[in-house]
Amino acid sequence: MQSSDHRPAALISGGAVFPHGHLTGIDGLQPHEIAFLLDEAEQWIEANRNRAKPDKRLAGLTLINAFFENSTRTLLSFEIAGKRLGADVVNMAVAQSSVKKGETLIDTAQTLNAMRADMIVIRHASSGAVRLIADKVDCPVLNAGDGSHEHPTQALLDALTIRRRRGSIAGQRVVICGDILHSRVARSNILALTALAAEVRVVAPATLMPAAIERMGVTPYADFDAALDGADVVMMLRLQNERMSGAFIPSTREFHLRYGLTTERLERAKPGALVMHPGPMNRGVEIDSNVADGVQSAITEQVEMGVAVRMACLDVLTRRARGVEGWA
Amino acid sequence: MTDLSFVNARIVRPDGAEPGELHVRDGTIVGSPAPNATTIDCRGKTLAPGIVDLGVFAIDRAAFRAGGIVRVGLMPDQSPVLDDPGIVQRASLVGKPRLWIHPIAAATKGLAGIDLAEMAIMKGAGAKAVSTGRRWIADSGVMRKVLAYARDLDLAVITHAEDGGLTDGKVATEGETATRLGLPAAPAIAEALAVARDVALAEETGARLHVRQVTTAAGFALIRAAKRRGARVTCGITPAHLLLSDNAMSDFRTFAHLSPPLRDESDRQAALAAVRDGTVDVLCSGHDPRGPEEKRLPFADAAAGASGAETLLALSLSLDLPIERLFALLAANPARILGVETGSLAPGMSADLLLLDETAPWQIKGEAMTARAGNTPFDGLPAQGKVLRLWKGGAEILA
Repeated sequence: MQSSDHRPAALISGGAVFPHGHLTGIDGLQPHEIAFLLDEAEQWIEANRNRAKPDKRLAGLTLINAFFENSTRTLLSFEIAGKRLGADVVNMAVAQSSVKKGETLIDTAQTLNAMRADMIVIRHASSGAVRLIADKVDCPVLNAGDGSHEHPTQALLDALTIRRRRGSIAGQRVVICGDILHSRVARSNILALTALAAEVRVVAPATLMPAAIERMGVTPYADFDAALDGADVVMMLRLQNERMSGAFIPSTREFHLRYGLTTERLERAKPGALVMHPGPMNRGVEIDSNVADGVQSAITEQVEMGVAVRMACLDVLTRRARGVEGWA
Repeated sequence: MTDLSFVNARIVRPDGAEPGELHVRDGTIVGSPAPNATTIDCRGKTLAPGIVDLGVFAIDRAAFRAGGIVRVGLMPDQSPVLDDPGIVQRASLVGKPRLWIHPIAAATKGLAGIDLAEMAIMKGAGAKAVSTGRRWIADSGVMRKVLAYARDLDLAVITHAEDGGLTDGKVATEGETATRLGLPAAPAIAEALAVARDVALAEETGARLHVRQVTTAAGFALIRAAKRRGARVTCGITPAHLLLSDNAMSDFRTFAHLSPPLRDESDRQAALAAVRDGTVDVLCSGHDPRGPEEKRLPFADAAAGASGAETLLALSLSLDLPIERLFALLAANPARILGVETGSLAPGMSADLLLLDETAPWQIKGEAMTARAGNTPFDGLPAQGKVLRLWKGGAEILA
């Protein structure tokens, strides 16, 4: 671990180390708070792998996964995380919810609150929806992705993967390539990685690059090959066709030609550079199969880290309510 | 009707404000006191023309009274749309005598931007201008016909200047804030594109064009240049676009969701400069009260618009403009665009008057507003300047 990896968390203890009631985004977190969540997640990785000593610290608590937008892996990851910690997990899928009958989001929040949930995980298609709900409920709210805004646990699991594989985040040259404009993963990763002193480059065609992105502390590139020069980590993003109204690219074939990660292209990065993807992947579009399944790929490890990170977040955010010493 | 003599007042006239007296007979300003006139001692406070608010979206009497507004230009985006003479006539009568509503008729049927509306008949029914409403007419051929037809009727064409091809589905202006929040955003150039086209067509047809809200440096540059060429072009802005930048949208504050959206700081500074150098003709509230069912939603799903009538005067006073210039922007110029005989304290004008304490402190509180909804982006802001009393055509409507 390098000294610039922000470790003042070790100097503070109890609730002061993470004073937030919710996790609605990486925005607003201090670098040492991000590092604290990563440290906490480390503790769950081994426990997850062997499960020799089940830890049921959330027994008796109810976790509601309210997903207003389709998801498979994030929902499953939160569900497993909650169950591993002994929580009663309830999944609320939008197809069965009263939202379809015209209920407003705030009504839904108040309903969930009245049911005395102990934690609520929200995914929603509108940016800011999770914060709106967090303002209306009494229990911790975790953002599982809101519109094009943030996906904080994805950024934490990506940071954890990088930290474990590269030894440090500070000083790493991370290239994020793909649909930056619509990506909440990109925004949360930019915030987390720049806070932890990584050098972040973002790559996209002009039509998928948000305005003023450089003011978030990253360097924008249109040329993927140039951006890959000396990269320690290459993070590919999915082309999010469902969020693209109108044509942003001429074709997926052309996108692959300019921005697809191939074996040859990967050679422009540092030897052994880490390949990442938040999934689900469009194989043959943003990433070739032999890269996705190759030795440099950390994609399945990301999924594994996801459970550990979500266990850590659920544990940390409920400590105050559980009366954990130093947090109550 | 009671004749009135206002004494001991600081009277706002087109060339400045001076202590003096003002006399009203039969609801009209006259040069000398009428016999048996009731004397009103203004105790040194400011007597100014009642505000003419050009381009409101709702009839909200209490809010208008509290804000010193005696006449409003009502936008055509109503339900039903103001595109029919009967509806226009009804709208023009609904507020009288205490509030005069000047309907701004839809320039095209249903505001759809395709077929011309019956402008001449609607003018006869009380329409004082025609407008594209909240939208932009995409078809330049239709827009040219609207301008040419309105020119012959001497009706101003009031436009919403944003190229819809760039702004469709967008809720913010492109920049750091929208990027950080992940909000769908349109480039600020959408405004200049629309202004450039509409100004070019207005010059070609000789029509009167009023761009209801110009908010960007590029937009003001186009208006400034057009005025220099002698084009019959005017423009307006709201205090929100002068006093707030897109930073106000941080934390997804839906009260700061406006159309056009709040701009970045450089455009805001350009707007302030445009007010000071005379490019801007009108300060308007854009009054658009929206209840919680439309605002307590994620930012992109929430309706655009703010409740502005009650705060228009106090926020405009904070711009620190000479008082006569301020009331030119709030009353005389909008009255001129609508073609109504009000907006200045000259003999022969309707006695639409407001008595103002320019220094009275108060705090803007959304909850305390008398408007239909208190959706103000200025909630909690300390303000100065209160309307003490208000007269419409010599009849007191706020005491």
